[in-house]
Amino acid sequence: MGPILEVRDLQVSYYTDAGRATALAGASFSLNAGEKLGLVGESGSGKSTMALAMMRMIKPPGRIEAGQVIVDGVNLRELSEAQMLQARLNKIAYIPQGAMNSLNPVTRIEAQMADAIRAHDKQTTKKEIAARCRQALESVDLKPQVAKMYAHELSGGMKQRVCIAISILLKPKVIICDEPTSALDVVTQRQVMETIDRVKDQIGAAVILIGHDMGLMAQFVDKVAVMYAGRLMEVSTVREMFTDPKHPYAKALINSLPRLDNKGVFQGIPGLAPSLLRLPPGCPFNPRCSQAMDICRAVIPPSVTLEGGRTVACHLYADKV
Amino acid sequence: MANLLELKNVTKIYSRGLLSKISTTALANISLTLESDKPTILTVAGESGSGKTTLAMLLLGFIKPTSGQILYKGQDIHELRGPERMVFRREVQAVFQDPFAVFNPFYTVDHLLTVPINRFKLAKSKREARAIMYDTLEAVGLHPDDVLGKFPHQLSGGQRQRINVARALLLKPKLLVADEPVSMVDASLRASILETLRDLQRNYGVSIVYITHDLTTAYHIARSIIVLYRGTVMEAGDVDTIIKNPQHPYTRLLIDSIPWPDINRRWGETEIKAKESELTDHGAGCKFLARCPFATAQCKNPPPLFRLSDYHAASCYRYDANPDLPSEELSQVLPI
Repeated sequence: MGPILEVRDLQVSYYTDAGRATALAGASFSLNAGEKLGLVGESGSGKSTMALAMMRMIKPPGRIEAGQVIVDGVNLRELSEAQMLQARLNKIAYIPQGAMNSLNPVTRIEAQMADAIRAHDKQTTKKEIAARCRQALESVDLKPQVAKMYAHELSGGMKQRVCIAISILLKPKVIICDEPTSALDVVTQRQVMETIDRVKDQIGAAVILIGHDMGLMAQFVDKVAVMYAGRLMEVSTVREMFTDPKHPYAKALINSLPRLDNKGVFQGIPGLAPSLLRLPPGCPFNPRCSQAMDICRAVIPPSVTLEGGRTVACHLYADKV
Repeated sequence: MANLLELKNVTKIYSRGLLSKISTTALANISLTLESDKPTILTVAGESGSGKTTLAMLLLGFIKPTSGQILYKGQDIHELRGPERMVFRREVQAVFQDPFAVFNPFYTVDHLLTVPINRFKLAKSKREARAIMYDTLEAVGLHPDDVLGKFPHQLSGGQRQRINVARALLLKPKLLVADEPVSMVDASLRASILETLRDLQRNYGVSIVYITHDLTTAYHIARSIIVLYRGTVMEAGDVDTIIKNPQHPYTRLLIDSIPWPDINRRWGETEIKAKESELTDHGAGCKFLARCPFATAQCKNPPPLFRLSDYHAASCYRYDANPDLPSEELSQVLPI
């Protein structure tokens, strides 16, 4: 069986007054059913753009320039707008950042869940809708009574779980979670992540977790993709990433993490992320890279596949294929 | 010499409505002392609803305690008037959580920094004001020419948060209350902001109350820690002892739920007993009773703090063989 999700050379640009900003410059990766991918990077590195592009929800001035997003054998970019509407939530679901604040404050949870089902299948009976809502709530560990409640009656963790319940109503093949727990405290965070994990196994979906908490990534995902200035710098398994990162940016990121055994050592990454409108020539990371060479300032490094299937976009590894 | 800051049996109760009898105890009977000649970093940790932000608001004098007293250099902060009040306002500074929300989008960074300089008459001339601005921006690791003259939206989250720290530092504070200063900043910038804070304590003699739910950063920056749960001190003491060897069941749950960026340290060995949201009973006993796997009948009475070692105290009957620590003497177990 092939991968359930394949992203090939996806490119997104935003056309601003100051020029064209390439927020996503040719990202490719694939994901099998049941796999969990973590997408990490600083703010503005293109994580959310990637998610929106996969959902075909990029709004002007942004535009998907090229690439393919293939979910379960269907290329989403070739679908009509009406077909895409059907595909969202059905094939690919997206839980945006701060989703829990997007619940409608004046309707009950069940009405919002029913909306999602009806939008895809008008024939569903009331009884069936109620049953599916109950099932979805159950699978995220919420009591059936929650269906009758309003958003303000729920705690942050419960609201986040309602959002997960909505996203799995139609059993999508891919679930994209954009910082699902950034506003929650550690105990609730753990409960929400455990919920996502269980739900994923139930419906056999692939999960993409977007965030910048490397700790959460280490504990939750199978593969990590490190983004920088719209490019995938490295994609490798979580163990490879944390024990032997290859790309200098990934290395710096891993080294900047607070650990138990190096109390009081703060190792930030010097310099600032570049503006997408004024990218340096060559590798976008070269001004901050401690191992930059002449070629790095001239040529954008292509992504190469190393032993074990991990990919790295860095000139240091260009000849080691 | 009087203590820098002293909390005496401070309790804060929020009640709803005029006639309603429903009230929430946000903070129950906290006593705490910070000495003026020994700058330290104290972490106040806890999940949402634990009362940590209430504590910050009390320290800054934004709200009044329901009972108890907060003394700044020996004087009740709500009785300060005139010049004394100005001194308090200048010497106790804050850095808040959201670097995107605290700036007025219409003002440039210059304006933001000149207002406090003028307000507190820190400089005699424009040139002197400019020099102070340059010095403080450099002290927090910013290049003044990069940020001066810019509007907040032109700066990154990390830059804004450092400007917040710079604005506080400008006033040469004695105490900095940092309420979740790095929780909204990128991981790669977190380290440098924390380093800036620690540098303030070491080189500028500023005491810092670091309020957070993130025990990883607390461990790295602080000397001592107070763990709060529903307004009550669960465990307090030396930060190394508590993070590496937590005793209270709540602290254990909290530390076990930290997603460590370490592939060999797996997440969540301890079972989470009850969901926070399903708890309705906030009885008189131990606040953690309903979620505690070790709860006994004894826990229906509120447990006092027990002193486990010189710099470690926990509020749990599992340690009742140890001597009691009166809540007024909490500061004794906090190393400086």
